[in-house]
Amino acid sequence: MAMNNKLRIIYDGLIANNPTFVLLLGMCPTLGTTGSAITGMSMGLATMGVLVCSNMAISAIKGFVPSKVRIPAYIIVIATFVTVLQMLMQAYLPSLNALLGIFIPLIVVNCILLGRAEAFASKHSVVDSMCDGIGTGLGFTLALTMLGAVREFLGTGRVFGLDVYPERFGSLVFVLAPGAFIVLGLMIALFNRINRR
Amino acid sequence: MSNSEKKESSLLSMVATLGIITSLAGLLLAWVNVITAGPVAEANRQGRISAIESVAPKFDNDPLSEAVVVAVGGDSVKVYPAKEGDRLVGAAVEGFSMNGFSGRIDVMFGFDADGTVTGYEVLSHAETPGLGAKMNEWFRSPEGNRSVIGRSPARANMTVAKDAGDVDGITAATITSRAFLEALRTAYDAFHQIETAN
Repeated sequence: MAMNNKLRIIYDGLIANNPTFVLLLGMCPTLGTTGSAITGMSMGLATMGVLVCSNMAISAIKGFVPSKVRIPAYIIVIATFVTVLQMLMQAYLPSLNALLGIFIPLIVVNCILLGRAEAFASKHSVVDSMCDGIGTGLGFTLALTMLGAVREFLGTGRVFGLDVYPERFGSLVFVLAPGAFIVLGLMIALFNRINRR
Repeated sequence: MSNSEKKESSLLSMVATLGIITSLAGLLLAWVNVITAGPVAEANRQGRISAIESVAPKFDNDPLSEAVVVAVGGDSVKVYPAKEGDRLVGAAVEGFSMNGFSGRIDVMFGFDADGTVTGYEVLSHAETPGLGAKMNEWFRSPEGNRSVIGRSPARANMTVAKDAGDVDGITAATITSRAFLEALRTAYDAFHQIETAN
């Protein structure tokens, strides 16, 4: 029963309440970092790391924080983990850090994090909050990887940097911003259709 | 959600809570910073060294510690001299242009002793993916007059063909191409100053 409950929380975050396709949160990095599958996936995993940590920390401190200052308290927690992540990436994954650039510090203002803190972590136990972080984080990673893979495939003929067909048949629009909106819209439609069954 | 189990929001409790949380956050950040400071500096150094190695002729000195800052047209350009023994065999130069399609472009150029381009590496840019962003491959491609490698700004007119120059610019990204070549000329001017001073 207890185990089922945890799995249920993860499933909710991943599919039923997928942050990108269902809740439509965090659209800025979704559109900005999905030019290729690998950048989308890296961004998703980075966000997931911060989300799991911030969810657990916020759940742990929820009893001490007066409700009037809970939002600034959550923001400090989130910003701290993002800064830690950025320092670690600069030190140990410099090329990935250069690739994601400004989008790493911008995780602070990703509404998925504050959204999950307010809607979930501030009302549930540390372990449940961790599961929610994993589920939502995986959902975000899944969405960004799929978007990135489709855009990369249509735009450059590659998936994860592997050639599928010659680049000259690709259509550039999918790598650029308009393609991000088009692919995202179609994927939201597809996801909602699958979910409604 | 039951707000009743939450603490009362008195001024003291709010100030104390935020104070404690920010102090803890500060401590954590300071600790991580101490741990990562070394590796971050090393990663930056490695990135720079490998960029220099990939563009400049073979050297046996430490170009980073011998770097010189040269003034070119009111701006400063970093030159990393490549030496074998005491002889200057070339240099890696951090050329740049502010006139990219989306702002600044930084490119590391390598020159041999007589000013011929031996290689280049785009360090940072914000050009359009699929158009201007192709510059890291385009200007080394052997097709037509695209490549700048093996040519020297001293002997060839390093501007795009559209401006009556000798280099084929990137299709549909003339602004980026102009900026790239401007970065090359800036880098060359800086190298030329070093070379004549030597």
